[in-house]
Amino acid sequence: MEVTDQRPQRPTQGRRRLSSTDRSRGAKPRLLLMGLRRSGKSSISNVVFHKMPPSETLFLESTTRIQKDFIHSFMDFQVWDFPGQLEYLETPTIDLETIFGRHGALVWVIDAQDDYLDSVARLNRTILTVQQYYPNINIEVFIHKVDGLSEEYRHDTFQDIVQRITDELNDAGYENAPVYYYLTSIYDYSVFEAFSKVIQKLIPELSTLENLITILTNNCGFEKTYLFDVLSKIYIASDTRPVDMPCYEMCSDYIDVIVDISELYSWDHPDRKPKGEQLREAESHVVLHDQTMIHLMEMNK
Amino acid sequence: MDVRKKKKKVLLMGKSGSGKSSMRSIIFSNYVAKDVRRLGATIDVEHSHVKFMGNLTLNLWDCGGQDAFMETYLASQRANIFSDVAVLIYVFDIESREVERDLDTYNSIIEALHEFSPGAYVFCLIHKLDLIQNEHRLRIYEERSLLIRSRSEHFKIDTFGSSIWDQSLYKAWAGIVHKLIPNLYVIERFLQAFAKKIDAEEIILFERSTFLTVTSVSSDVGSMNPIYDRHERLSNIMKAFKHCAARNTHTTPASAGFLVMQTKTPQFNVFLGRFTDNTYIFVVVPPGEVAYNCAVLNTLLAREGFSKDAIVGHYEGFPLPTVDSSTGKGPNGSTHPLSQSDTSPDEE
Repeated sequence: MEVTDQRPQRPTQGRRRLSSTDRSRGAKPRLLLMGLRRSGKSSISNVVFHKMPPSETLFLESTTRIQKDFIHSFMDFQVWDFPGQLEYLETPTIDLETIFGRHGALVWVIDAQDDYLDSVARLNRTILTVQQYYPNINIEVFIHKVDGLSEEYRHDTFQDIVQRITDELNDAGYENAPVYYYLTSIYDYSVFEAFSKVIQKLIPELSTLENLITILTNNCGFEKTYLFDVLSKIYIASDTRPVDMPCYEMCSDYIDVIVDISELYSWDHPDRKPKGEQLREAESHVVLHDQTMIHLMEMNK
Repeated sequence: MDVRKKKKKVLLMGKSGSGKSSMRSIIFSNYVAKDVRRLGATIDVEHSHVKFMGNLTLNLWDCGGQDAFMETYLASQRANIFSDVAVLIYVFDIESREVERDLDTYNSIIEALHEFSPGAYVFCLIHKLDLIQNEHRLRIYEERSLLIRSRSEHFKIDTFGSSIWDQSLYKAWAGIVHKLIPNLYVIERFLQAFAKKIDAEEIILFERSTFLTVTSVSSDVGSMNPIYDRHERLSNIMKAFKHCAARNTHTTPASAGFLVMQTKTPQFNVFLGRFTDNTYIFVVVPPGEVAYNCAVLNTLLAREGFSKDAIVGHYEGFPLPTVDSSTGKGPNGSTHPLSQSDTSPDEE
């Protein structure tokens, strides 16, 4: 069925859930979104997990209590959106164990367009606590709202923040602490990419998936293969070649095209009858003007 | 065949700032909605030629809308501007505070048009509808459209509500273009017969560069689709993807595009491909691998017949005989599924 000529092909693979694989650590991993107020935590979670158009995030109210979102996807996980006003470590009424007690990731959002010294200081205190008592929490830093910064300034800000945090941690005796940094913006694909990386670390089967995909890619002469979560457009795994942003963007937009077209033609009516046998999984491909091909196969529901 | 090359003069008018150039840029010049704020005011008249469907050229006169220009159009330039007009597109800004004055200007334009081109079509777009709250949109649009009709004198006009921020813009322009294409009934008759042959639920013909719907046919089942604005939504979806492809392959949106797109789902199958030089055909068929592959193959075969005749210029009788014979190769749509390998190579 597939076109088998020698042109470069770029298959995307869309999927929603990997069956029964999420039992391994007993509980659903948690993503904890933290940072100062107005740094963009709720915007991120709405854009990535609720398909909100970025322009509408301007109207989001400030978060006043912890918002817990349960995401049922390829892997069930929870997103906890924290109000920025509260300082958790210094509020004795909050039981840190209930927050950090499980396997998960702490996503700290820093507004790169604002004065970030305060945020960095708080992040440092948080890292020290978390590192000490809850080493099963990954620490991920989103240097956010970078769409408003020039290329050069963006780079400087990134370096500065990384430097400040590393210095502080070194002083406290944590060398090479496992803290990861991402430049993000909700106006492009960077935030999806960053979330993809964060979530991938929480998938115990990641290396197996990557291996399988790499074998597939090499044997079929594909340029790049992604295993996508259709709903959030986060990629769960990809082959081991370097991630190519344009390719990721196109795959991600192509998923939108298919989802949108499906919406238009998936209506139910007793007179709509199939004409014959067909696979239960959706399949789609497009050939672009430069002969590249994007192929999508649904792996499971 | 040059006689058949139709040049149609299209006047684009309306008050200054009503959005004439913005919509023209989005539809014909591959702008995205958020980029149009970079456009400056149009001075005097900007002419542009848009090739549409090969043998139809739209000669677009984008007329700057400031009062001073309007006066010259109506006075010294009157004959120049208003003669040989095929279509007048008049844009009203829904937010305008001087509705009465706008209508007066419109009325004088209509008078001038009647004087020089009494046979022209008139389309009125009530624009920037996105600025009105959703629940009032329909009511305000209808009130305004009634007012406009009452001032249109000798012309029977069509009105559309539009906004550059959603698919309504595509609906309006598809309606306009639909009126301009010569021999459209021939194309429609062909598509109707073809849709029946391949058991398609729906066939839509899109213009290549603008992705406007040229025409569409649906079967009895297909016409029960509850989503009425699906055609313009498709235009919108595909154009957005074209922009994405252009951005990521480092080409201009004008030269980016797709050769083929196929989607198979348990509810429906879709095939989008180049049809003639200037059109894409979009075919929706019910699920069923074999029937679908035949439909794809037949579409590719029909394409040859269609474009050959279009080039020779036998516009009048062209599609039916040729296509009947080519689809006839697979009686009852039972072309052997093994021949599907023919469908993979792309001539383009």
